[in-house]
Amino acid sequence: MPDPSPPVIRVSHLSKRFGAHAVVQDVSFELAAGETLVLLGPSGCGKTTLLKMLNRLIEPDGGTVEINGQNVLSQQPETLRRGIGYVIQQVGLLPHYTVAENVAVVPRLLGHAPAAIEDRTMALLTRLHLPPARYAGQYPHQLSGGQQQRVGLARALAADPPIVLLDEPFGALDPLTRASIRREFRELEELRRKTVVLVTHDVTEAFELADRILLLDAGKVQQLGTPRELLFQPNNSFVRSFFVGERLALQLRTLTLGDIFSGDEVRRLKANETEEARVADSNAPARFTAYTTVNEALEALTGGQAPTAATFTLAELMAAFGQALQREEDAWKR
Amino acid sequence: METLTALFTFWHEQAGKLGEQTLQHIGLTAASLLLAVLLGVPLGLWLSRRPRWAPAVLGLAGVLQTVPSIALLGFLIPLLGIGPKPAIFALFLYSLLPIIRNTLAGIQGVPPAVVEAARGLGLTDGQLLRKVELPLALPVLMAGIRTATVINVGVATLAAYVAAGGLGEFIFGGIALNNPAMILAGALPAAGLALAFDALLGGVQKLSTRRLGQVGTALLVALPLLGALYLLPRATGKLLAGFSPEFVGRADGLPSLTKTYGLKHLPSVVLAPALVYEAARHADVDVIDGYSTDGRIRAYHLRVLRDDRRVFPPYYAVPVVRPALLREHPELAAVLAQLDGQISDSVMTDLNYRADYLHQDPKFIAEAFLKRRGLWRAPLPAQAGAPVVRLGSKIFAEQYILAEMYAALIRGNTDLAVQTKTGLGGTTICFEALRDGAIDMYPEYTGTGLLVLLQPTPAVVDSLAGRPAAVLNYVRREFRRRYQLEWLAPLGFNNTYALLMRQQQAQQLGIASVSELGQYLRR
Repeated sequence: MPDPSPPVIRVSHLSKRFGAHAVVQDVSFELAAGETLVLLGPSGCGKTTLLKMLNRLIEPDGGTVEINGQNVLSQQPETLRRGIGYVIQQVGLLPHYTVAENVAVVPRLLGHAPAAIEDRTMALLTRLHLPPARYAGQYPHQLSGGQQQRVGLARALAADPPIVLLDEPFGALDPLTRASIRREFRELEELRRKTVVLVTHDVTEAFELADRILLLDAGKVQQLGTPRELLFQPNNSFVRSFFVGERLALQLRTLTLGDIFSGDEVRRLKANETEEARVADSNAPARFTAYTTVNEALEALTGGQAPTAATFTLAELMAAFGQALQREEDAWKR
Repeated sequence: METLTALFTFWHEQAGKLGEQTLQHIGLTAASLLLAVLLGVPLGLWLSRRPRWAPAVLGLAGVLQTVPSIALLGFLIPLLGIGPKPAIFALFLYSLLPIIRNTLAGIQGVPPAVVEAARGLGLTDGQLLRKVELPLALPVLMAGIRTATVINVGVATLAAYVAAGGLGEFIFGGIALNNPAMILAGALPAAGLALAFDALLGGVQKLSTRRLGQVGTALLVALPLLGALYLLPRATGKLLAGFSPEFVGRADGLPSLTKTYGLKHLPSVVLAPALVYEAARHADVDVIDGYSTDGRIRAYHLRVLRDDRRVFPPYYAVPVVRPALLREHPELAAVLAQLDGQISDSVMTDLNYRADYLHQDPKFIAEAFLKRRGLWRAPLPAQAGAPVVRLGSKIFAEQYILAEMYAALIRGNTDLAVQTKTGLGGTTICFEALRDGAIDMYPEYTGTGLLVLLQPTPAVVDSLAGRPAAVLNYVRREFRRRYQLEWLAPLGFNNTYALLMRQQQAQQLGIASVSELGQYLRR
């Protein structure tokens, strides 16, 4: 039976060497439409090289990249790139173009109608909290780092490409800006529908944004899986040690109430869920659901903002969390 | 203050010439700049794609930059002749380095992130260059063009040495004549042009990057137009003259010649004294100024036009001696007199030709001449303690040859020993050496004695009216009175200014004298 949704990106046995140095060795993965893959690893692990081989900024030595079933080598690189959003850490806005002109670069290359480009640009800037009235005519050097990266993001999304590649997009920002722009990024309706490949060396960022993580070291795939799989079922000691510093924080963020509770408690949480959908206020969860992370529940309980309907105490939460960790550990050792 | 007044007077009198030279200057600068931009910018762009070649290309352009401008022009003359070609080419070479280097630096200065992002967005190489790299490199590129322009305006003054015109004509004329007002008359407008161009391009540089693209295009349109200025004001005539700066500037040179002979319709270019003969030889020009006994007259088959109205002052060669020499050795008078009237203009030209072009030894030339005239006698055996006659000469071939002739005559006809002190530099050095008794005699020219050493009032000079005998009498009398030095009898030839033409052309046109030249031009 054929796969109902063929992979948007299929990478097979991709390799690249610079001189004697093998930067990427035999990397393969497939990415479904709408999925977000994070390429994670220490500096120099080859993640950026891998990303750039997807839009042919770097040509591979071996292996193939297929986008929507078509080998990228069979397309003009420029045509290929115009169909793929691209964001880099240093942003790289054209300094002699205004914000609006920067956003409009790709639609113009594609020959879209000027009126349509204008509308699209204004809509994107508005959505990225850069009111066009104020920002559209400004030049990049007049913007803060965070604003520049928002423009970079808008530029990548302007032609509504189905795929977006991001190379450490938040790496150059201060922690506060980074957290806020990352939240915007996660909540951006535009991006939810897109197939995203994002490079980072920031573990927290990877866990926050990824559907799946590809962990690389020295050009080789160490593990490809969901954040939970990497955290609780590490393939090898490198994977395990890579998360060791932030293990507890990651576990708190990864495990949900549905994971740690059982029986009646879960039923209650599931019931909340349907109501939750109706309330539709994502910022302050009025009630715990099965998808609420342990971390969020912990914050709510200790911060005095616990939903009135909370049926467990802080101590019960932590105990259930502890037992869940034990179960995961046991399961992995077996 | 006097210089200033003289300067304004000069400008006032030469307003037409000043305008013409300024236009030529702008034309030379613009034409060479255009070529340099057309080659330098693409070359710089190419180097930005092939940075491995950059050190070699920039090194070569740098070496070209270090070649002294005069030497560069010298190298180019055999290849390109004289006139605007070598001048524009030399200026072009000088502009290359700043333009290539700044183009490359401008492109390399574009932030790599911008280039990467632009490529990642799907710009083709051409679009990347046009829309991103060139606009961002333009300020640096423009700075390079600005540097090249200022260099060019300065170096373009040297164009006057190769008959390409420009403000250098005044400057070099002024230097040759030691006339500060005339130097300033060319130097100030040249400096003004440099400042004006610099300010103009500086203003262009400050415009926004967006406008720079238009300005760059405007520049490419404007440069050929400015370059064409060079071609506009040139008058044409039947013959073209090429004169050295000194000849054009000094009162007894071109100005009096023009006045006396009514030389109308003779357009002229100015070029380095060393090049006028070459220019005539290669038919770059038809009429030149020169010296009537120059060896090149024979070597290049030139004809001296007879100065039938005596505009050029007489420069007859005459030995000047310390009277004590003749008193102590009376027998010398007859020996020295053997050369009186023996050497005509054409003979002297021939002797100079042997020295300058056949590279024969002056001593050999002198002795060969004496043998031909039957004046040669083998030197008498030297005697210990014999008195020494010290002969001086200025530092050019004609004087060496004359000194060797006298030396051979004295050795062959007397018991006296001879010491030659040749190469005593210029007129003043020889003259002072003679007065001090460091030498006993040297050959001098009547005109030089009159105008350089005696420097009488213009009224006196006018009263002599260029008559050879009158001039000789005057210098002889004054030298006796003032310096107690004696002018003997003339050797016969007159080494003065002369107008020269190629023999063949002069013959075809039936021109043998300056008057005939004037008639031909008026016809």
